[in-house]
Amino acid sequence: MKKLRILSLPYISWVCMFTIVPLLIVIFFAITTPSGEFTILNISNVGRYFSVIVKSILLASIATFISLIISYPFSYIISRVGGKTGKIAMMIIMLPMWMNFLLRTCAWMTILEKNGLLNKLLVYLNFSPVNIINTKIAVVIGMIYNYLPFMVLPLVSVMKKIEPSVIEAAQDLGSSGFSIFTKIIIPLTTPGVVSGVTMVFVPAVSTFIISRMLGGGGNLLIGDLIDMQFLGNSYNPHLGAAISLVLMVLILLCMSVMNQFECEDMEGKLV
Amino acid sequence: MKVQKNHKIKLKFISKLYVVLFLLFMYVPLFVLIVFSFNESKSRSVWTGFTLTWYNKLLHNREILHSALNTLIIASAASAIATVIGTVSAVGIHFLKRRWKQALMTLASLPIMNPEIVTGVSLMLLFTFLKLKLGFATLIMAHIAFNVPYVIFNVMPKLEQMDRHLCYAAMDLGCNSTGVFFKVILPEIYPGIISGFLMSIAFSLDDFVISYFNSGPTSQTLPLAIFAMTRRKVSPEINALSTIIFVAALIIILVVNGKEINKKKRGGEK
Repeated sequence: MKKLRILSLPYISWVCMFTIVPLLIVIFFAITTPSGEFTILNISNVGRYFSVIVKSILLASIATFISLIISYPFSYIISRVGGKTGKIAMMIIMLPMWMNFLLRTCAWMTILEKNGLLNKLLVYLNFSPVNIINTKIAVVIGMIYNYLPFMVLPLVSVMKKIEPSVIEAAQDLGSSGFSIFTKIIIPLTTPGVVSGVTMVFVPAVSTFIISRMLGGGGNLLIGDLIDMQFLGNSYNPHLGAAISLVLMVLILLCMSVMNQFECEDMEGKLV
Repeated sequence: MKVQKNHKIKLKFISKLYVVLFLLFMYVPLFVLIVFSFNESKSRSVWTGFTLTWYNKLLHNREILHSALNTLIIASAASAIATVIGTVSAVGIHFLKRRWKQALMTLASLPIMNPEIVTGVSLMLLFTFLKLKLGFATLIMAHIAFNVPYVIFNVMPKLEQMDRHLCYAAMDLGCNSTGVFFKVILPEIYPGIISGFLMSIAFSLDDFVISYFNSGPTSQTLPLAIFAMTRRKVSPEINALSTIIFVAALIIILVVNGKEINKKKRGGEK
């Protein structure tokens, strides 16, 4: 049996090669100049893009929050439907995820365009057309639409585990609908909320295509900045690495904060 | 009582309405794409008549066909290799001491937790650092790199479910560790291996961000070709492509789920 441990050796070298070393190279690039000297200029230069970073966090947070609000009731309804119907419902939620997100974003371009379907519909209904494409709203819509299934799936999976008998017991003991919601359903679904929020927030805050396709040139996010430093016009991999590093630290911080929530809640439940 | 009943019916109606609205939000954009793939003019908002021209054009679009073939080759090669590496690694990690196991599992989850763009950039920097030219080979390596963790995370739960005494028993009966691996462990964990492989294929076929940074100018995958198409003025060919992908996904999902439901039925009869 101990002999089988040898099998982990190739993996240790693999992880070094393709996970640790690449991240070290990112750090190395972030703290050196093109000629290879040490500098903190790259990292301090990231400060110049503070407004972009704030905007990315803000838009991603809004998108995550709205996703949570609209997915929560939907997931609850779906989780209460068992058997074949429940299975089919899950299939229907999964299906759009099989389409590449570029195509899904393209669909929204068609809808939100100046002469797009939404405005055609509004004019047809005698409303005045709205200007959504190339605004922050379009970016948020794109984020919500693309990452919504990532919110629904973890929510449904925790909600399915809530036994109806638990809720019935609370009702028998005189709980109102509201206190059932706050005292039973919310605590029991916290792990799902935590993983849903992370699974939506992380890709949303680091996206670079959705913002470009739906937000036009005026709504650049952190992802666009990184892309521009590596493959775009302002070629500067050292600055790009510094921004990537900042993004990574930011997300690790968010995740540890989210995990804190989960842990506190677990403690509360034990007491 | 009556009031309560009415209230319940109302609640049921509202929840049904909510589900319908939610699904409309998910599916209307897709149906828009599909409907306009049959539209005669290039317009994306005015219906002018039915045509199959765009499908015909798509099927003669060399760039698209070539990149589709590339995607299939890369996804299957990368997933196959990642499945082997991931399975072997998972078994190795499983038998390590607890502290080591936890450390390695955390490392394995890093590429999943990290934003895709950071993983893509870091691999690109690695390849440039090693003076490898970005192209087909780096693309496959990058895909293997992000697929291995998914395989490990699919296989690990099956290993944990496995009764270790099976391995001890096999060894007592004179099996060496190679035999234990192939005759005891593999049959126990193969559902995890299969789902890890399928997950890898799905992620590889769909991946844009990591391919974008590691493909170089010569080799293209389908998502990269789609990206190139969206940057030019959009042609309804992209709608035709979406429709084909949608139908293919629908068929795959129906087949997979149909099989599962059948299996359950048979299980029930037993």
